[in-house]
Amino acid sequence: MLNVHSIESLGTFDGPGIRLVFFLQGCNFKCLYCANPDTIAFEGGNPYATEDLVAMARRQQPFFGKKGGITVSGGEPLIQAKGLIELFKALKEAGFHTCIDTNGSLLNDDVKELLDYTDLVLLDIKQAQEERHRKLTGRSNARTLAFADYLAQRGKATWIRYVLVPGYSDAEEDLHALGQRIKDMHNVEKLEIQPYHKLGVHKYASLGWEYALSDVPANTAEALLKAKALFQAYVPEVVIN
Amino acid sequence: MCDASARTKHLWQLCLTAISEERANNGVLGIDNEVVSGITSHGPGYIDQEHELIVGLQTDQLLKRAMKPYGGIAVVEKACQEHGLEVSDRVKDIFNNYAKTHNDGVFDVYTPEIRLFRSLGILTGLPDNYARGRIIGDYRRVALYGTDRLIEAKKLDMLGLIGPMTDERIRLREEVAEQIKALGQLRELGAIYGLDLSRPAQSAQEAVQWVYLSYLAAVKEQDGAAMSLGNVSSFLDIYMEHDLQLGLIDENYAQELIDQFVMKLRMVRHLRMDAYNEIFAGDPTWVTEAIGGRLADGRHKVTKTSFRFLQTLYNLGPSPEPNMTILWSNSLPEGFKKFCAQVSIDTSSIQYENDDLMQCTRNSDDYGIACCVSFQEIGKQIQFFGARTNLAKTLLLAINGGRCEMTGKQVLHNIPELKSDLLDLEEVMSNFRLAMKEVGRVYNDAMNIIHYMHDKYYYEKLQMALVDTNPKVNLAYGAAGLSIVADSLSAIKHAKVQVVRNEAGISTDFKIEGDFPCYGNDDDRVDVFAKEIPAYFNKLLKKLPTYKNAEPTLSILTITSNVVYGKKTGATPDGRAQGVAFAPGANPMHGRDKSGALASLSSVAKIDYKDSLDGISNTFSIVPKTLGADMEQRKENLVSIMDGYFSKDAHHLNVNVLNREMLEDAMEHPENYPQLTIRVSGYAVNFVRLTRAQQQDVIARSFFETI
Repeated sequence: MLNVHSIESLGTFDGPGIRLVFFLQGCNFKCLYCANPDTIAFEGGNPYATEDLVAMARRQQPFFGKKGGITVSGGEPLIQAKGLIELFKALKEAGFHTCIDTNGSLLNDDVKELLDYTDLVLLDIKQAQEERHRKLTGRSNARTLAFADYLAQRGKATWIRYVLVPGYSDAEEDLHALGQRIKDMHNVEKLEIQPYHKLGVHKYASLGWEYALSDVPANTAEALLKAKALFQAYVPEVVIN
Repeated sequence: MCDASARTKHLWQLCLTAISEERANNGVLGIDNEVVSGITSHGPGYIDQEHELIVGLQTDQLLKRAMKPYGGIAVVEKACQEHGLEVSDRVKDIFNNYAKTHNDGVFDVYTPEIRLFRSLGILTGLPDNYARGRIIGDYRRVALYGTDRLIEAKKLDMLGLIGPMTDERIRLREEVAEQIKALGQLRELGAIYGLDLSRPAQSAQEAVQWVYLSYLAAVKEQDGAAMSLGNVSSFLDIYMEHDLQLGLIDENYAQELIDQFVMKLRMVRHLRMDAYNEIFAGDPTWVTEAIGGRLADGRHKVTKTSFRFLQTLYNLGPSPEPNMTILWSNSLPEGFKKFCAQVSIDTSSIQYENDDLMQCTRNSDDYGIACCVSFQEIGKQIQFFGARTNLAKTLLLAINGGRCEMTGKQVLHNIPELKSDLLDLEEVMSNFRLAMKEVGRVYNDAMNIIHYMHDKYYYEKLQMALVDTNPKVNLAYGAAGLSIVADSLSAIKHAKVQVVRNEAGISTDFKIEGDFPCYGNDDDRVDVFAKEIPAYFNKLLKKLPTYKNAEPTLSILTITSNVVYGKKTGATPDGRAQGVAFAPGANPMHGRDKSGALASLSSVAKIDYKDSLDGISNTFSIVPKTLGADMEQRKENLVSIMDGYFSKDAHHLNVNVLNREMLEDAMEHPENYPQLTIRVSGYAVNFVRLTRAQQQDVIARSFFETI
């Protein structure tokens, strides 16, 4: 049983090819720019049985082509690692490509077992610099970086995702710090730059929350291209999502 | 692939100028109000003769429209008056006092019941005051054989049509006699342009020219709602390949021929009255060309000329016509599939149909698409078009004891009043089945009358001359409002629905307590209704007698009439308010498909093609970014979507890859978007030619977006 916030049948930005994306409810981070603040609370969401989610994947299988598959995102999916083990086991038995989109803050035995059934990890590193990470998420980045090391050690295929927030994570030293941190990780296939946007801001109002970054502008095209060029020195493939 | 040649660009510029004058002049550039249109009615017409490789216009002037009063003189008079003209006295005299029209015939015979159904909007858009169209001549035959041999063959058929002289045989003999005359006129049309169509085409240029003049003859004789071209592109490729291999032509010239052919097809116009725009918006002609697909032995039919046709959307810019329809099979060459996806992403001008499904269900690998979505074996089969009935309104008849919810008029007489206003699924379904049976019966009466009269007064002699004598006929019924019916039944089953009635006891609203699953989320609890209702209605229709022993088929298609259907339908048990537009075709109701695009497609794919053999139309709009981060990913993902959708045995997909903001801007600044093309239920239109209500409807529909 998993607590699901919502399901997107046509995911094209959460792993290779066309993805069926399960957004799980609940997150242990509260990033200032979160585009899905309605997934943060642990209450709410709808319970789904593993077999129903597998059935959904089977129904959608014809759309997956050669690359597509299932991605769990959130919220923070690893909080429900136990339930995910059951789901991913079943999905792997049925031959699906599996992918987790995570902030990498949890690494326990369940998570380690879950990774046995995971083909690809999308690891969101919010900031490589500790102080600035705290400012952005209210937390240390130590666990996330340790998680990255663990993935490297296991040789688990990984895409790094990095939200480029003007003023918060787009300084040159921010980018170099991240590049330095991941340049020797041979399991990292790709780095995805996620442009900062405010498309989720209306959700803050309906939650009665304040949006702290209302003065932050969207990225300029030049800034995105510059970041891309900078990262290319460290990672084989860099894309702007 | 080659760009447009200088000649082509020059001609297209003249066309664009004429089109913008047309738009500035209330949508009509000119009308010939003297001459009744026919195959040989007008002298030659040119855009700029010395630059034209493919010649022929409907009248003597580009975009000048001609009168075809055999469908109905009143309609022609009204269309002229709406543009400040009067039909000439001579033509008025002939058609009001001497000649009888299709429209006269139908209304002489219509029963009071049919008239009531029409006026209340239970049956809408019937071809009783305009030409039925949907018949596809095999225009390839003229290039292949020339008119002389075709005439000989028809004469031979005639010799075989001997006694006993029953109604059927007499009628058929007269029809073949008409066809022979039409072939003679086609030859004459060639002569008007200095061409000898009596013999087969002997070059690529002649093949294209012969095919085009045959099609032109058809649109000079008839103004059918949809007059498809068929599947000529890969046929023409044989001539192209021959001439290319002999070094007689080069690729530039081959592309030029197709560009100029397509340009001419884009210039086809019919004279319509304004009211026609409500059901078929944007002045469509449905010059539908089927491209791709496979042969029965598994070889694909993709040729260089398939690519050349698609390339015209770049060389001449996007356009609704010709209505290019890709016959999709998962085993088509990857390169072609990706090119199609690219064309969709760049132009939103093409649609897709499931070749694997149609080929195995209908047993032919040589077919075209009549109008929007309907299979038609070329040269062997025709169809009688019948617009559609309103199933959502039929459901309301079931809830209101057979009375119309908008007027209170008693329409059906065998529907019991409901025992309780808290709707019970069994009771509603039982009434709904009775109502569908009655509606089907009246619809069938109307269809038989319409097609009897159309044959009698406005027979498509040229198109039928290019079809085998005595072909198979489909009687093409249609249904609208499927998603509303499915969601209404789901609400009744899974939530509590209470009828709110006025003092006369007619439903005015529905109070819904609780949640219910909606069609469009790949949820069997509701999708089962979307599957079962067409199956049931189709079964009812199949029991009824048909004119010319036509085989009944059903479509789930609305064209743009979903807006006017909405206006004529009261509040429904799914929570839809009175007057709100229906979803088009088989689409889920906008805003209710909340699980993303693929869940929506999966729901539609559940409707069984065997129950709706005339076609199941689905229109899919997506913003470019949702398809992927870059062009390569977008193409790949769109191909995967199509492969997935069609491998689920879905039938049809319109693909729009557009931003909502662009459409909103086009509403405000139409002058900046003269060629903006979007797909609506089964065809494409120039967005700026839609009415404001229709534009708003398009924008309101589900655009699949992810954040």
